[in-house]
Amino acid sequence: MVNEEGVTILRVQQAQYSIREMIQERKQKKRIQIERFIPSILSLTAAVSILTTLGIVFTLIFETITFFKEVSVSEFFTADKWYPFAEAASYGVMPLVLGTLKITMIAALVAVPIGLATAIYLSEYASEKTRRVIKPILEILAGVPTIVYGFFALTFVTPVLRSIFPSLEMFNALSPGLVVGIMITPMIASLSEDALVSVPRTMREGALALGSTKLEVTLKVVLPAAISGIVASIVLALSRAIGETMIVSVAGGSTPSLNMDVTTSIQTMTAYIVQVSTGDAGYGTTIYYSIYAVGMTLFLFTLVMNLLAQYISRKVREEY
Amino acid sequence: MKLIDKTIVAKKMPIRLVRNTILKGLFFLATTFGLLVLGILLYRIFAQGIGYLDWDFFQNFASRRPEEAGIKAALIGSIWLMIVVAPVALLLGLGTAIYLEEYAKKNWFTSFIKLNISNLAGVPSIIFGLLGLTIFVRALALDRSVLAAGLTMSLLVLPVIIVAAQEAIRSVPRELREASYGMGATKWQTIVRVVLPAAIPGILTGSILALSRAVGETAPLVVVGIPMFIAFLPKNVFDTFTVLPMQIYNWTSRPQEEFQSVAAAGILVLLFLLIFMNSIAVFIRNKFQKRY
Repeated sequence: MVNEEGVTILRVQQAQYSIREMIQERKQKKRIQIERFIPSILSLTAAVSILTTLGIVFTLIFETITFFKEVSVSEFFTADKWYPFAEAASYGVMPLVLGTLKITMIAALVAVPIGLATAIYLSEYASEKTRRVIKPILEILAGVPTIVYGFFALTFVTPVLRSIFPSLEMFNALSPGLVVGIMITPMIASLSEDALVSVPRTMREGALALGSTKLEVTLKVVLPAAISGIVASIVLALSRAIGETMIVSVAGGSTPSLNMDVTTSIQTMTAYIVQVSTGDAGYGTTIYYSIYAVGMTLFLFTLVMNLLAQYISRKVREEY
Repeated sequence: MKLIDKTIVAKKMPIRLVRNTILKGLFFLATTFGLLVLGILLYRIFAQGIGYLDWDFFQNFASRRPEEAGIKAALIGSIWLMIVVAPVALLLGLGTAIYLEEYAKKNWFTSFIKLNISNLAGVPSIIFGLLGLTIFVRALALDRSVLAAGLTMSLLVLPVIIVAAQEAIRSVPRELREASYGMGATKWQTIVRVVLPAAIPGILTGSILALSRAVGETAPLVVVGIPMFIAFLPKNVFDTFTVLPMQIYNWTSRPQEEFQSVAAAGILVLLFLLIFMNSIAVFIRNKFQKRY
């Protein structure tokens, strides 16, 4: 036992004993007891996000039910006038929905081509240096507060458009529609670029080796391969356009109307909620509850589009 | 057998190359469109607002006379809003992210939370205003206070913070955790002493960006009913207040021409605040973020 090896074995045994003892001792400590409660506490914070969703859904449902006790469901969906402030009030949501859709269409006409072209340029043509300049600028554009865009629409875009089309009203659908388009362009550009970049290099090189030009590679190989990501980005961006509030409140006017004219004053669902909130409609009036019914309609629109975008990017995703 | 007719290829080649060049030019033009718009926007606001931007502008409360209007209440109010939003959103967001990344098992509940968070991120901000109005202003009777507005905004930016914190935590390499476990640390000790310190730059960057979104957001506060015209400062979180975007909205919607310039000056203050916050975020990202 006095040789070198024996001493070593003895030491290991001693050490093992003390480690086991140490573990036993540590398990008794309060701090380790706390360890068990940590997951439960953290899962409570995670539950807040679920409570938020439940809060939104139940708030909208309950107040909308109160609204439908005073206004019939059929009037809400079929009446062609939204005149809540008139003596003989009429609550037909269609003019508001149409106002929202006008804005969304104009925004899409601006944002889809420009956003997509930007994405293609950045992912297929631009040098690394150019990308490093352009991408932060797009991020800044995406971070500009919407009230600033609203101010821009009202004080710059509308006057410029009116000098070109004198028949344009002070408040119209065209100007806020264009500016909402500018607002969502960076979103389409950066999400579509992600989709394009994730198409493997080998596919591009295969097409190039067959003698295609860069444009042909882009349009016939890369775009089709990335189409699910691109469509999902467009759907998401349009859902953002539908929910956009301040630009349309500032520059769109407050006249809900059921026509396809983009030169006259309109009102979107979001702008109506703002109009009631900044007005003096008292708590508990029909007008007060109407903002929840309109909010519910808006919520359903965006929810369907968001789920659609998730479905597209999950189901149609190609695996390379 | 001749597979490729070289004469046809040769004949079509010039037009294909021209098409390539033209579209490349168009794609580039589209890319510069954003740059152009940003340039015009900043120039217009700067040219219009700089004249009103003096020391009095920061010292005065809102006024009916444009030359006396100031931004004091709104600027201080925005800072109050941040004081409420930052701790609430950071605590909830970080807790959720740690739970999802470190503890959650792969079951239906976890995937439900994840689906829920990504959908919550897509809910229009004005809907959060309706939630805040119903729950915080009416049900909890917080009225139009800093607290009611702050809690509403916290819920709005929560998904952004969760996703940023999740990414930061995920980027901490496995080896660091395993080394910590190997030394006998418990899971919570590993998270607090190893994972979080390594992830904190990413979490802070994401949180500051989320906070700057809360500072620039208007729609939910309009619905919550925050006043736009106020001539006092809040003393505590239960007082009512106003914020920069609300004040700008108020000035923008006034018919007098002069108020447009006051609004532009207000926008300059808001943009400077946002640029300041974003610079801090970029600074933290560049200075402290490690690449593993």
